Amino acid sequence: MPLTLAVALALLGAPVLWALLRWRAALAGLAWLLPAALFVVFATRWAPVRDSGAVVELWPWIPSLGISLALRADGLSLLFALLITGIGTFIFLYAARYLHGHADLARFFARLTLFMGAMLGAVLADDLIALLVFWELTSLASFLLIGFTPEQAASRRSAQQGLLITVGGGLALLAGAVLLGQATGTLRVSELLAMGSLAELPAAPWIIVLVALGAFAKSAQVPLHAWLPNAMVAPTPVSAFLHSATMVKLGVYLLARLNPAFGEHALWTGLLLTAGLATMLTGALLSLRETDLKRVLAYSTVVSLGTLVTLIALPHPLAASALVAFLIVHALYKACLFMVAGIVDHEAGTRDSTQLRGLARRMPLTAGIALLAGLSMAGLPPFVGFVAKELVYEAQLTATASWLPVAIAIAANAVMVAVAGVVTVRTFWGPLRPTPQTPHDPPLALWLGPALLAALGLVLGLAPGLAGALVASAASAVAGHATGATLSLWHGLTPMLALSALTFALGLAILRGWDRLHRVLVAREAIRRHGPDAAYDRAMNGLARLATWQTQRIQSGSLRRYVGATLAVVGLALGATLFTQGALAWPSLAGAASLHALLPALLVLAALAVVRAEGFVRGIVAAGMVGFGLALVFLFHGAPDLAFTQFSVEAVAIVVLLAVVARMPFATPDRRPAGQRRRDALIAIGFAAVATLVLLSVLATPFDARLSDFFHAASVPEAHGRNLVNVIIVDFRALDTLGEITVLALAALAAAAVLAGTRRRAADRAEDTE
Amino acid sequence: MNSPILAVAGRVLLPLALLFSLYLLWRGHNEPGGGFVGGLVAAAGFTVHALPRGREALLRALRWPPTGIAATGLVLALLSGLPALLGDSAFLTHQWHFWPNGFGLGTTLLFDIGVYLAVLGAVCAFVGFYLGDDAAP
Repeated sequence: MPLTLAVALALLGAPVLWALLRWRAALAGLAWLLPAALFVVFATRWAPVRDSGAVVELWPWIPSLGISLALRADGLSLLFALLITGIGTFIFLYAARYLHGHADLARFFARLTLFMGAMLGAVLADDLIALLVFWELTSLASFLLIGFTPEQAASRRSAQQGLLITVGGGLALLAGAVLLGQATGTLRVSELLAMGSLAELPAAPWIIVLVALGAFAKSAQVPLHAWLPNAMVAPTPVSAFLHSATMVKLGVYLLARLNPAFGEHALWTGLLLTAGLATMLTGALLSLRETDLKRVLAYSTVVSLGTLVTLIALPHPLAASALVAFLIVHALYKACLFMVAGIVDHEAGTRDSTQLRGLARRMPLTAGIALLAGLSMAGLPPFVGFVAKELVYEAQLTATASWLPVAIAIAANAVMVAVAGVVTVRTFWGPLRPTPQTPHDPPLALWLGPALLAALGLVLGLAPGLAGALVASAASAVAGHATGATLSLWHGLTPMLALSALTFALGLAILRGWDRLHRVLVAREAIRRHGPDAAYDRAMNGLARLATWQTQRIQSGSLRRYVGATLAVVGLALGATLFTQGALAWPSLAGAASLHALLPALLVLAALAVVRAEGFVRGIVAAGMVGFGLALVFLFHGAPDLAFTQFSVEAVAIVVLLAVVARMPFATPDRRPAGQRRRDALIAIGFAAVATLVLLSVLATPFDARLSDFFHAASVPEAHGRNLVNVIIVDFRALDTLGEITVLALAALAAAAVLAGTRRRAADRAEDTE
Repeated sequence: MNSPILAVAGRVLLPLALLFSLYLLWRGHNEPGGGFVGGLVAAAGFTVHALPRGREALLRALRWPPTGIAATGLVLALLSGLPALLGDSAFLTHQWHFWPNGFGLGTTLLFDIGVYLAVLGAVCAFVGFYLGDDAAP
């Protein structure tokens, strides 16, 4: 129950927080209590998880399809839940101050809380379908948060790009999940993993490719990484929370979660290693091209995500521990550094790293926090970043015989050292440069979160045993078996220490040459012109062109053409089916020549009157006669409800049509050339003939009374109503009705939108002519 | 359509149509009628009322925007399916309560009111589309 309650609280918290903040914006200062409370809830789950391995809560959802709302917390899930709510607490505290006085504060916190709830659901879900629902919800929340300032074109484009890429990946994942469910017969993740290795499944390659595609899109792996740096247009708390510490890790989470099932498949390790290493290199290279502090940090996040994916693919048990340790470390320092970048932006009025120097004199506290986090990022002892990096190197050295992954890791880590230097040392030390605003240290709410995160990086570095049990528990979930690794600061004089020293030296060299490297890389136009970001634009433009082309082909704008085409297609299809399937039949017409035959005769006359009518008014009245005549047919044949509805529809239709005709200038009603008139007549007659034949054949088919017998028998005892038609509409087939009125309401909404558009254009025209 | 006859007829017909539509809605479960027809009849009443008066008059007579009415209908229909979930039934399994005198009330009525409002709102939205802005007397 506590897991479900926590997820539900977070999801329900979104509208509640929205209403509260609309009422009193000052309450935003207390919003952090929600994630803090959830953090406590998850922290209390640690003891049962440690003792029994996992906590499970199961709610039936769609039992007929084997889909349940199963929530399961093991070490890995709990670690993520703690990271999400823990960092979330600081982000909420920070955001309340950062966006103080913003007109859309309520909306911002509602979206942030929605995201948190979706994220918690995704990492706790033990059902693939439930996981997907939450997964897509995080994409939607991310879309809303990136597009928080919709009046800016960059914000709209980035939001759309992020949505299309991550949701596109989500679709691939859905296909993968369905395949996985079909192949194994269960949708429960824990049951899948209990089956042992699934690498032998015939569908395994497809599943691996689809799942990896979804995870790569979410976790910004090359070439699907372009959306992440662009997402930096979002307010800084969003960048810190979603696009460094939590959401982008969801792909990593999924890969880690499914690693025990597919870890033995060569395609899995190959895909993950290739994508991870390519991502590390690309992120490192592209971070050198940036000057905006947030974008520099975003590319370093891409490097980290690549590292994490690489670690999943390494078959060594140490890799799992390294993965989990690095995950925690990265979340701590990256969330902190993003918040520092936000503080600098807030105080100095710019995030351009070429303009920012020597800020430590003006904001010593911020400088100290930045330095702590930067040292952890650079992987220097005694920070926890050092512990993690040593583990990463050890895993890479022992797991692979190839030198390539290690070389790439050293290069990427050296750039990380340089990035840490640019963001912290260069920004805060050296001679002070003038900035648009005179910076000061920020108020408590802004620096407290980053300060605690940075301090935690130091504490965990000095005493890594504090997180040891949690890391071991999470690592066991990734590796699929218990891992005995322990975290320690000092390993002695090992090859890893030498690699660390080499990395640091290289990083310092890159830092010294940063400006020169930057100029060289920016001058390479090809990187921008042929990068995935440009490819995305080309794809979108191509899509628009395709849509324009096919719309011009199909949508001529003439209602007559549409009706003609529709009737011709339906008539031909029906006729062809009727003749080829031998369904033609002639009913017995005994008793047809009674008094009721008068009515059909009148109907035929009215129909002829429609065709012969001169002018719209006569045509509408004659068509109305046909409709009313049909209603009479229904009435005489025992369908009063149908007749009733038909009467009402006809009445409304005639009145509205007459109103339209009265308002519109229809001077000459029919200007078709003779050839087109003949063709239209042919279509009409042909369709009428086919429809008649179909109806006759239907009449000739023996009536199957099973359904009507059932409704007759069940209507009163089960639905307490004697009017069969209504009982079917509101009870037996209520879901259909719900769907129909949804369509109706949506159509009304679309009509209202079109109406507003045409009225506005008409008003504009009227203004122009004045 | 500036017709005095229609204007007077509309004034008389609107309350009658509304009353009749509610009657249809109420009896629908046992006799011919129901939310769909009821909503159509009510919409017809509003249409006749609004034809000579214009769009503004339609919106005034409805008091709510038509799309809002349709949305309310959707929400009501949706809500009527929720009580079933409290028991162990599937969504939209209607729940009934019977008084000792045999009079029964079910969530079907709420569903039917939802259909009524959805139809009324949607038709009025379409009708509003075709009406002019001219607010004649």
